[in-house]
Amino acid sequence: MIRLTVNGNVHEVDVEPDTPLLYVLRDELALNGAKFGCGLGQCGACTVMVDGQAVFACLTPVALLLDRNIRTIEGLGINPVQRAFIDEQAAQCGYCIAGMVMRAQALLERNPHPTELEIRDHMSVNLCRCGTHMRILAAVRRAAVAMGSASVVQP
Amino acid sequence: MTPVLSRRDLLAAGGLVVAFSLRSAPGDAAEQGSGPHPAGPTVPMGSLKETPLLDAWIRVAPDGHVTVFTGKAELGQGLKTALLQVAAEQLDMNPEWIALVTADTARTADEGFTAGSHSMQDSGTAILNAAAQVRGLLRDAAAVEFGVPADTLSIADGMVRAADGRSIGYGPLAAKLDLHVEATPGRPLKDPATYRLMGTPMPRVDIPGKLTGGASYVQDIRLPGMLHARAIRQPSVGAKLLEFDTGPVERMPGVVKVVREGSYLAVVADKEWHAIKAMRALTAAARWQETATLPDEATVLDMIRQLPARDIPVLTWKAAAAAPVKQLRARYTRPYVMHGSIGPSCAVAQFVDGTMTVWTHTQGVYPLRSALASLLRLPPEQVRCIHVEGSGCYGHNGADDVAGDAALIARSMPGRAVRVQWMREQEHTSEPYGCAMIAEVEGAVDADGRIVDWDYGVWSNTHNRRPNVGGLMLQNAALPEPLPVPPPAPIPMPEGGGERNSNPLYALPNARVVSHFIPRMPMRVSALRSLGAYLNVFAIESFMDELAEAAGVDPVTFRLRHLQDDRARAVIQLAADKFGWSGARTPGEGRGFAFARYKNLGAYCAVALTLRVEHETGQIRLGRVVAAVDSGQAINPDGIRNQIEGAIIQSASWTLYEAVHFDHRRILSRDWSGYPIMRFPAVPESVSVHIVPRPGEPFLGTGEAGQGPTAAAIANALRDATGARLRDVPFTAPKVKAAVGV
Amino acid sequence: MSKGRIAAVIAILLIAGGCVALWHPAIAPVQARASFPSDQIARGAALAAVGDCAVCHTVSGGQPYAGGRGVPTPFGTVYATNITPDPESGIGQWSEAAFRRAMRDGIDRSGRHLYPVLPYPHFTRASDEDIAAMYAFLMTRAPIRAATPPNQLPFPLDNRVLLAGWNLLYLHPGPWHPDPAHDATWNRGDYLVEAIGHCGACHTPHNMLGAEKGAQALSGGEAENWYAPPLQSASPAVQPWTEDALAAYLRTGFDARHGAAAGPMTAVTEELAGVPEADVRAMAVYIASLMPKTAPEPATHGTGDAHAQAIFAGACAACHGTDAPMTRDGAPSLMLSSAVNAPTPRGAIQIILHGIPWREGKPAPYMPSFAAALTDAQVAELAGYLRATFSNKPAWSDLRTEVAKAREAS
Ligand code: FES
Ligand code: FES
Repeated sequence: MIRLTVNGNVHEVDVEPDTPLLYVLRDELALNGAKFGCGLGQCGACTVMVDGQAVFACLTPVALLLDRNIRTIEGLGINPVQRAFIDEQAAQCGYCIAGMVMRAQALLERNPHPTELEIRDHMSVNLCRCGTHMRILAAVRRAAVAMGSASVVQP
Repeated sequence: MTPVLSRRDLLAAGGLVVAFSLRSAPGDAAEQGSGPHPAGPTVPMGSLKETPLLDAWIRVAPDGHVTVFTGKAELGQGLKTALLQVAAEQLDMNPEWIALVTADTARTADEGFTAGSHSMQDSGTAILNAAAQVRGLLRDAAAVEFGVPADTLSIADGMVRAADGRSIGYGPLAAKLDLHVEATPGRPLKDPATYRLMGTPMPRVDIPGKLTGGASYVQDIRLPGMLHARAIRQPSVGAKLLEFDTGPVERMPGVVKVVREGSYLAVVADKEWHAIKAMRALTAAARWQETATLPDEATVLDMIRQLPARDIPVLTWKAAAAAPVKQLRARYTRPYVMHGSIGPSCAVAQFVDGTMTVWTHTQGVYPLRSALASLLRLPPEQVRCIHVEGSGCYGHNGADDVAGDAALIARSMPGRAVRVQWMREQEHTSEPYGCAMIAEVEGAVDADGRIVDWDYGVWSNTHNRRPNVGGLMLQNAALPEPLPVPPPAPIPMPEGGGERNSNPLYALPNARVVSHFIPRMPMRVSALRSLGAYLNVFAIESFMDELAEAAGVDPVTFRLRHLQDDRARAVIQLAADKFGWSGARTPGEGRGFAFARYKNLGAYCAVALTLRVEHETGQIRLGRVVAAVDSGQAINPDGIRNQIEGAIIQSASWTLYEAVHFDHRRILSRDWSGYPIMRFPAVPESVSVHIVPRPGEPFLGTGEAGQGPTAAAIANALRDATGARLRDVPFTAPKVKAAVGV
Repeated sequence: MSKGRIAAVIAILLIAGGCVALWHPAIAPVQARASFPSDQIARGAALAAVGDCAVCHTVSGGQPYAGGRGVPTPFGTVYATNITPDPESGIGQWSEAAFRRAMRDGIDRSGRHLYPVLPYPHFTRASDEDIAAMYAFLMTRAPIRAATPPNQLPFPLDNRVLLAGWNLLYLHPGPWHPDPAHDATWNRGDYLVEAIGHCGACHTPHNMLGAEKGAQALSGGEAENWYAPPLQSASPAVQPWTEDALAAYLRTGFDARHGAAAGPMTAVTEELAGVPEADVRAMAVYIASLMPKTAPEPATHGTGDAHAQAIFAGACAACHGTDAPMTRDGAPSLMLSSAVNAPTPRGAIQIILHGIPWREGKPAPYMPSFAAALTDAQVAELAGYLRATFSNKPAWSDLRTEVAKAREAS
């Protein structure tokens, strides 16, 4: 049994310690957000947040995650980043999008006012084959503005 | 059993199947599915031609809820949203009251493949007419009910109202109606001037679920007691599996079974991670006998050019013309290119009481059903294929073949649901690639800069190996008794395969276009988004610039000078204006223009863009991209913009970077480090898409219209920026550097 | 380095500097941009690539040769200058003589000392002809206006007079001499490695004044906190480096029996990819001649503890497991990795933390960064496991401190 804290809830899962988080989220906890894209840390489809940073769930065995804080797109609720992706209609097939949202979330929590260059560089880890990039960039910019103003309202 | 799934159509899919008669067109394998429907002056009927019964498309429940059936599939192109807009518009209903059922061999019409940008032309047009006719029948029924003339009735929100205030809903009316009747061709549609939904942007119905972790994809299906399996692919074409001990793997934790039939090898386990570890162990343990079957990468294009070809004349125009003053010839090529879906292909299969049910992201549930039936030696009625969304496929990728894996493995595990997903390296090395192609063109201009002669040839394999028989499935060759493999066939014009868009839209006095169809396939190939159009438009539109330059005429002027089609001219004009073609130039920046009407039947698309070349490295940096498109009556303008933006970025990635690498035995492009595609830092500074409004005009397929023009616009801008004319994609940094010199 | 040592350094330099109260005149600016024969420019391009000019003189994602890149040194950060022919911010006003003086003596056109981050102790051996060719190449680049940020050096190291003393101690001017005992190819390689490629700038240990320890040339050093392995008898490579392997590695950044270039070396191989094959081959011939011919015993696959093994199985095995597709398809087992077999864990730690970045549009080795996924303790645990499992060298000591240092630096 392994204890994991996902989106604030503690789970006891019956898996071997070498099991990558991705399969635990998808198959044990029935969370669909993180996707299998390569299992090699090359595409970011599996991106989730661990202790506030974006990580590849496909290369993160649960043995690493004791007492660490895991967040998935299911745990965001409808937040400014997701809102922005909907407002920009930033998806085609959408397979890459949950990973994009999580990576963007990690960026904006650390750097609320990223430059265009910083956004492109930070997001460069995640692949999209449908070519939704321009809308994803627009969504991240929009979310940054939304979060910025939000933080003004409730400092 | 009933799968535990949130999505309505999955629930329905698992539940009881109401059989009702559909005239099933033969599962034809033509790439375009149910055939071309050029937008004609008469009201086109789309797939109603093949499936005329109204209740095959639309059914009304007693409570007034409407279910719309389409034989097409959501591929991320926004099909569901667009079809809901069409149905709601023609039925005068709120889209929330309409449920949509997509491709399912037990429930929907056979609309062949969801491909070739045909969805709106086929299914959209069918639903448009069916909905309008159902609305008409409901109104007539109300007229009888109230005993008043039909034209005194008004309809809104699924209610029919009489002048005297009496009203009745669709539900009760439908109870008095038989919708199991054939559609009547040529019935009037709503006046486009009164459209409320069609032509106005509507948020995609599928996006919220995808942003909140809803079960949106076949990858997300979880059936009770479902097992996880992985196949172990042959390391190279024709590899024979030799004897080896599977015992150690069978004893690994969680392993349920090792499936072995001839050279077909797979493993089933209780958990996905167990299946993956067992797959790796089997891969390491398996012994193969391999042969070198692949061509030489360095010379493959010349080899293809030399292979025996069947020559198919595409067009011959002869007319008097002025004497040529300048003559040019050029050859354009593209290598093998990958679909490269971000989500490796996946399928779930379950074999219960002799019936195989497969949840799949195939583009054609009916053809796949025939293919699986013959692969499994089952009668087609005992195979059901249900479409569930997958990752974007961009043509014939691993979707059908992974369904073959799931079905083969599930058959050996009766009763148990089995989920199979390919690994990244399996997707990269096992998918059928887009054809390597060559185009050779000769042309001449006269003294006043008009094209007087045009001679064009294109060399290509087939662009359609989509399975409709077991012989075309990836597993066939590995199985003990392989089924016969049908010979490759060309796709006839006007759609065309390798020759798609080889017929210029330009008005030329003299022209010959020949398609050299090459039966022998050095590499496994099939349909990749836009098929031959990518290379043909790249070649034609690059050569148009070369001729314009020879004639000393501005490229946009030169194109307009040779175009009589007013809609083509309008699209080019719009793109040029929005781009500011006649405006001031930025030093160091190159600009390029290109245009095509997809298949000369679908959407019109023009692309203008700027780029810079990093002289020291040869790296191309894309700047401003402006596109104009005419898709006929736009259903969801934002959906059209989204698709064209995507086509531009994807085509830019093909054009700048992409080529499948291989040695004589194996594919070397095994993952994203061996097959790099465009990442965020390299996407253009901006992309804007402008739509020509065409209310009431027939729908024109848009999904692939941007692919060709983008490639040519890049080549033309590169020439403008550096003086170098590159004719062989991809334009990699070393290639560009070599062309621009130190 | 500690305050005390810095003080000592400065003392020595001041004395030395005092002894040589040399004053260097400015060299008159050139106005018109000269033109050069294209074959000379082409030769200059190849030499500039071997000399990695672009590697230091370009900020990531910036205009090539426009400078501005901060080069971290134990003393502070020195910013590479703009060497495009822009008259104000670049070297547009430099005559060939001024350029030659900078390359040979480390003194810029105005007569100011340059910091030895510019490897002029190596370039000083370059031939007039080659310096002229590099000059021709640089003067024909697009001029780019870009000011260079001021160096971040503690007082009084920011005082360039000290460099007069440094040069007295460590700059040994004079041309390069061929070794008659070897053939032309070997000598060409020696020249390119020593006088142009300045491999020793990273692969030779430095003394506390930041000068290469001449006696220990190419015996292994450090570059931007990455481990630069020995290029001679001390090479930890498990498979001996052959001429062919080196030639391929230098041009592609990858060799199936040794692995992928990582850290600063990646950019070096990118440059060499554009250099004529014969020159790279010559460098390979020279370096191979210094390397051991026989390899140490190959590691016996040991086993680390279960927890570390689980980390490896879930995080690394997808690519580095003995049965992983990547390993199967020609990538080397970690048993052959120089980083894992090196005396210091620095290389292993750096690559776990930072991986190997993407090369735009180029099929090339890539490795994801594990900086976010792994805590310091976990990086140390994994590095220790790799050492125990994939080499038969003694365990590394002090892993936690090394990890902390590496995080610090990044
Ligand atoms: S699936 Fe994890 S990075 Fe691709
Ligand atoms: S939207 Fe399809 S991969 Fe990004």
